[in-house]
Amino acid sequence: MNLSEAFQNIVNQFKQTVPAVDFWSLRLVIDQQESLSVRQNVVQPPYLAQSQGAHITLVRNGAAAYAATSQLNREGFKAAIDSALRWLRVSESKMLFNASDVPRPVTSGNYASKVAEAWTGTSLSDKITLLQDTNRHLKLHDSIVDWQAYLCNRETQVLLLTSDGIEIKQSFQFILPGMEAVANIGSETQQRTGGGWGSMRQGGLEQLDAVQFPTAATRVAEEAMALVNAPQCPTGCMSLLLMPSQMMLQIHESIGHPLELDRILGDERNYAGTSFVTLDMCGHYQYGSELLNVTYDPGQNAEMASFGYDDDGSHAERTFIIRNGILERFLGGAVSQARTGLAGVANARASDWNRPPIDRMANLNVEPGNHSLQDLIGGIENGVLMDTNLSWSIDDSRNKFQFGCELARIIKDGELQTLVRNPNYRGVSATFWRNLSAVGDASTFEIWGTPNCGKGEPNQMIHVGHASPACVFRDVQVFGGD
Amino acid sequence: MPRPRACSEMCRCLEGIDVHNYFNELSGKLFSLLTGKEILLLNLAGEESDFVRLNQARIRQAGSVKQQSLQLNLICANKQNSACFQLSGDLQADFAQAKYWLLQLREQQPLLPEDPHLNIATQPQNTTYVGENRVPEAGQVIEDVIHTSADLDLVGIWASGVMISGFSNSLGQFNWHSDANFNFDWSVYLKDDKAVKQNYAGFEWRHDVLQQKLDFAKQTLELLARPVKKIEPGHYRVYLSPAAMHEITGLLGWGGFGLKSHRTAQTPLLKMSRDGVTLNPKVTMLENHHEGLTPRFTSTGFIKPDAVTLIENGVYQATLNAARSAKEYGEEVNSHSEQPQSLHINAGNLPQSDVLKTLDTGIYVSNLWYCNYSDRSHCRITGMTRFASLWVENGQPVAPISVMRFDETLYHMLGDNLIDLTQEREHILDASTYVARSEASALLPGALVDQFRLTL
Repeated sequence: MNLSEAFQNIVNQFKQTVPAVDFWSLRLVIDQQESLSVRQNVVQPPYLAQSQGAHITLVRNGAAAYAATSQLNREGFKAAIDSALRWLRVSESKMLFNASDVPRPVTSGNYASKVAEAWTGTSLSDKITLLQDTNRHLKLHDSIVDWQAYLCNRETQVLLLTSDGIEIKQSFQFILPGMEAVANIGSETQQRTGGGWGSMRQGGLEQLDAVQFPTAATRVAEEAMALVNAPQCPTGCMSLLLMPSQMMLQIHESIGHPLELDRILGDERNYAGTSFVTLDMCGHYQYGSELLNVTYDPGQNAEMASFGYDDDGSHAERTFIIRNGILERFLGGAVSQARTGLAGVANARASDWNRPPIDRMANLNVEPGNHSLQDLIGGIENGVLMDTNLSWSIDDSRNKFQFGCELARIIKDGELQTLVRNPNYRGVSATFWRNLSAVGDASTFEIWGTPNCGKGEPNQMIHVGHASPACVFRDVQVFGGD
Repeated sequence: MPRPRACSEMCRCLEGIDVHNYFNELSGKLFSLLTGKEILLLNLAGEESDFVRLNQARIRQAGSVKQQSLQLNLICANKQNSACFQLSGDLQADFAQAKYWLLQLREQQPLLPEDPHLNIATQPQNTTYVGENRVPEAGQVIEDVIHTSADLDLVGIWASGVMISGFSNSLGQFNWHSDANFNFDWSVYLKDDKAVKQNYAGFEWRHDVLQQKLDFAKQTLELLARPVKKIEPGHYRVYLSPAAMHEITGLLGWGGFGLKSHRTAQTPLLKMSRDGVTLNPKVTMLENHHEGLTPRFTSTGFIKPDAVTLIENGVYQATLNAARSAKEYGEEVNSHSEQPQSLHINAGNLPQSDVLKTLDTGIYVSNLWYCNYSDRSHCRITGMTRFASLWVENGQPVAPISVMRFDETLYHMLGDNLIDLTQEREHILDASTYVARSEASALLPGALVDQFRLTL
């Protein structure tokens, strides 16, 4: 039985049990993963996983409730619907907002990831050999005390049906490569990662070249060894050149989360937090310097949160969020848009079938400027270049932050100099972006993101994409370790 | 320990099915498929949970989740691989699915090398724990909560229901753990970021406990209404509440105690294990499996010891050894995870009633937030204060503070700058619900600390 037939059988069973309500939706998810890893030249046990389940939403008399089940048969649906109806009865007089006011999806459609080189086109043996070879390149020296490389594939099929006859089918394929070398001397340990570590890309094995997997292995190991012997990052107020592998985190924490409408509406105050941004800032607030242009871009090829529709069924399209430094729009799906009366984007997303959609930032990107990397470095008299996020911490309104990177290099009089270790910097979101002084061109633009953005109650871990050029910020508090 | 009740009452995660017997039957059918020297390990995980999200003391999202998964771990000729899928509750359909995944694993195995770190329990030890289900009907509790907090801006999450873990192997071992609890985690807001964070978790709901907590929140909101005290970066005398300590220990659990992280020099406590650096002698930490809420068996069939002493009187002692690391480094298995799930810190000598008086002038930190390492090799941690953190003068709370960033090494925080730990400890049940409801917990005192460094 292929996936379409499996979906159809499940849908038929659901339709036989769903009651008459004002509106219902059914979201079916089948998610398959294969994980391969080699650590210290030892092949770790390969892991196959398939998760499948249904998320049912019922709306009646202005209230909404959901039930999720992995029991995809008539008995399972009946029990799930009974649960949803029970919560519907409790919610009818106690809902925070009128669920009947939320616009319903109006267009059916399809989306599929672009894949040039299929995961199954390379044998398991060849993939393991690739990881073993990568391990050999990572173990350069006795000071490398731990090393590993992994390669994972994930395929997700999502079908969304509504009582209005809307049918949206989306098919995603992701590749997750990565490698790490850990160097140690005495009580000083440094790690360096590469080859896409901590991120993932939409597509197939053709995506590996873009993240230098496995070709980065020797460099990764050499940099780990160099870092453990490097001096501490200096302390002071200076210019900061962030590479895309750190811009990813900077965008995520201090633009993405503060602009999520559910945070501004207070839904996340008990967990992920609130926002220093308020609804009245829309349309005029100077978020950053005139060089700052930020887009929500669900169509960026290979970026992990590209899709045709969000999990509420809203159609997704590229939209400016910040233009020439001015805040134009928030990140909120249909529910948040109905609650605020403001325009948003299609970003109501659920981490899996067992969680309801909430506002997530999806693909949030900084648009390229017109400086080459050499121009950016050349324009810095006293500063530091930081690469690859290592540490992240920000307050609950997403304002006071402190971030750390794996690697940094001193920049003096327009030239790259010494490698330094334990680079950290701190700042305040509300002012940091206004110090954006130069933006790299398309040659510096890279696609990153994280598969592990945590938010929501119940908690949800989801993938978000952040593509960016290298960027320079002036007057930043920089410091090192102890 | 509550009296176990009939298993069938606690095992109805799959509609109409006794999951204990279902798992037993499915295990037997799968083991009968094995050939030659094949060994099969099965791990079942399930939950039947209600989740209600509240904002402004109204329902934001309410629903339920039922999920059960089965993981197969096939071992043959020192090779192993695994697969996991969701159970439907239809025995024939699930058996067919499991057979499919077993075949997939068999097809892979000839392509795999032997696994030198393969480590499974080979002496069967059967165990059964079935906790008593006293969790109230969630709808009634939500009615109670909304009614009791009607005049408050309450935001948070109710999570409740049954959790199930099962293990079986073809060597004859069968382990079962099921329990039912609730975890209500919420904040009461005054305005902006001024709020009181509270939690009520356990097994049996009592309205008077909720009422007491909300009454306390109202009193604290009066304090939060006072003009904010602006704090400049610098060093301060602080009291870290058990909830704040939970944030610190939660981060410390990320590589701090695992055998692999110690042997590969990645532990943030490297200076303790390698250079003999010590914490304050008042600090004793242990992983107390016996008092925790997690199953006593691991996913490879080992039975955990009652407790593992991690730090004793400030001196590093033992690591948490999961099965693979234990084999790799020649140690005994003493944990399912190398991250604590039941961390206990011994009590100190400071009575809770004397905290404000002993703090004298400084900051009462009710909660910390978003901790991370700023220099891992030196266990330097940064993070934020959050919720009702208060400025205290002459033993009296006088004003809320604006959120502040700290950046401080554990060797000062719980080392030379630790004044004392409280006599009373708080049992904290982890409210985390990523993928499934967490069963982690901690028993922690508060800590009075001098010269705590605030940076922003």
